Amino acid sequence: MAGRTEVMTSRGMVSTAARPEGLALFWQKFGTSYLFMAPFLIFFTIFVVAPVLTAVYLSFTYFNVLEAPRFIGWSNYKLLFLEDDVFIIAIGNTLTFAVITGPVGFFLSFMFAWLINPLKLKTPLALCFYAPSITGAVAMGVVWKIVFSGDRYGYLNNWLLGIGAIDEPYQFLAEQAAIMPVIMFVALWMSMGTGFLVFLAGLQTVPGDLYEAGKMDGIKNPLQEVWYITLPMIKPQLLFGSVMAVVAGFSVFEVATSLAGLPSPLYAGHTIVAHMYDFAFIRFEMGYATTVAVFLFLLTFGLGRLLMRMFSSKNEY
Amino acid sequence: MAVLVQRPQTVDFSVTKVLRFLRKQTPAPSYLFLIPMAVFSMLPIVYVISTAFKPLEELLLFPPPFLVRRPTLDNFQDLLLATNALAVPFTRYLFNSIFVVLTTVLLQVMMCSMCAYPLSKARVLPGRNFIFGMIVAALMFAPQVTRIPQYLVVQKIGLIDTYGALILPALAWSYGLFMMKQFMDNAVPNELIEAARVDGAQEWTIFWKIVMPNVAPAWNTLLIFGFIQLWNDSFSPLVFTRSEAMKTVSVAMISLTNGPAAIARQGAQAAAAFLMTAPTITVFLLRQAKVIQTMAHSGIKS
Repeated sequence: MAGRTEVMTSRGMVSTAARPEGLALFWQKFGTSYLFMAPFLIFFTIFVVAPVLTAVYLSFTYFNVLEAPRFIGWSNYKLLFLEDDVFIIAIGNTLTFAVITGPVGFFLSFMFAWLINPLKLKTPLALCFYAPSITGAVAMGVVWKIVFSGDRYGYLNNWLLGIGAIDEPYQFLAEQAAIMPVIMFVALWMSMGTGFLVFLAGLQTVPGDLYEAGKMDGIKNPLQEVWYITLPMIKPQLLFGSVMAVVAGFSVFEVATSLAGLPSPLYAGHTIVAHMYDFAFIRFEMGYATTVAVFLFLLTFGLGRLLMRMFSSKNEY
Repeated sequence: MAVLVQRPQTVDFSVTKVLRFLRKQTPAPSYLFLIPMAVFSMLPIVYVISTAFKPLEELLLFPPPFLVRRPTLDNFQDLLLATNALAVPFTRYLFNSIFVVLTTVLLQVMMCSMCAYPLSKARVLPGRNFIFGMIVAALMFAPQVTRIPQYLVVQKIGLIDTYGALILPALAWSYGLFMMKQFMDNAVPNELIEAARVDGAQEWTIFWKIVMPNVAPAWNTLLIFGFIQLWNDSFSPLVFTRSEAMKTVSVAMISLTNGPAAIARQGAQAAAAFLMTAPTITVFLLRQAKVIQTMAHSGIKS
């Protein structure tokens, strides 16, 4: 019924019978659309919008789940930035992680996608690179723990001892200096995910004659081709990939905890999300934990907006 | 698809020619670099698969052999029947995972598609930009950010420790909606929908009979992505459930590898890792062509 009405109004025909007004008219025109969107929007409101707003409110309270939240102003934020040394460690680790694995993973994804795109063995190669990202960090943690195991039975220690590089097994998952590099290494191994597929797909959509035209216009080598044709053409995909990379980088949790544990030795593998998890679900200090969450939210959101600004250009409007 | 571009063969021996020669005509150098990388990428996965089938004596060998020599199913038996350290049999985790993941992913993709349809195809829709803006914003924050208040909401509704707690919060999937809308924008011609409207088709019929078949690659892809993500997710079951009987495979993995149950043998761990990894890779293998097709439309135009 509603569908039919929409047809008529949208085609500019005004029904001569009882002409609905106000809310009724609005409903008649758009009701079906809203009904289609209702299930998603209801769940989106309950489980995404409301939680984000609640988080902002709770971050200004003391809340331990048992008692009602008590408003304490900026205390949580002061505590977080001025007194919580572990959080500073967590920020440091997360930043190190995001700043290195984000761009490196992004670059590797693009490079591999670009290299395999023209090849005959494209599909099997793509599968090989993509497969690690769909294995869970938790499941693959088992293997990586064996590889980096701190005794001489660990593959890496075994090999390093074998070639004489070290005299005794190195505690890759317990030494403060080694934990983050190991986590980043495993994360990079898993990083050929969505971004990689997006680039691969994007590269296929670049029309071939553009390269011909580019050649006429004096593009001399494949590197120029990438810079002047391929990259601008797949800009929307690059933006999507970079947003995903930023979010993934700053929300690192499972890789870190499955390799180094929670809490990790001397907090060397502690991340922002791990800190949040620790306070929320181990200590049940929800107010403080949401402060961490709000901070993370502002951080990734701000970076996302920044990326959108960086990638946007006038000709796309 | 791979070689859309047939470049004219000119006779020049410039850098261009050489580089392009290296890249296309004989891709040997590419392969020389890419194949070792691909093998390296697959090694841990091959190791898990191989270890899952190793008999005890091979697990105890040192140095551990990389590939299994005499494959057995002992580890799976061990895992399925004798995981006494865990409070419930492994099959229970497996059932929970399969049930929760399948229910969620089907509902999720259905809701995303339904919501994407007016967002993409309604001619006039008050609030469209606002709604889509919120979805894009939701893409930009870590999903864990909402987990604490989500936990409070779930607790308030009384869902803690139920399947509802694992399914409902995951339904509003911004990423899925975003992909679906982008795909509809590109893959479903407006004329097709107009024509159906002129013929007097109901909106639901248009959605179900015209739009959905046209966006089949997209929902195929989303089913896969949703499946992979939910299957691997250990955060929700850890947070939203209390009793062992409600936990999923990903949580069982954590208890197997970290908790007091870590004494469980390496073989059982590998078997569990195999059971966790195999479904995601299989699902992807079966559907990867559709995935690539969909991803082409996933860019954000800011």
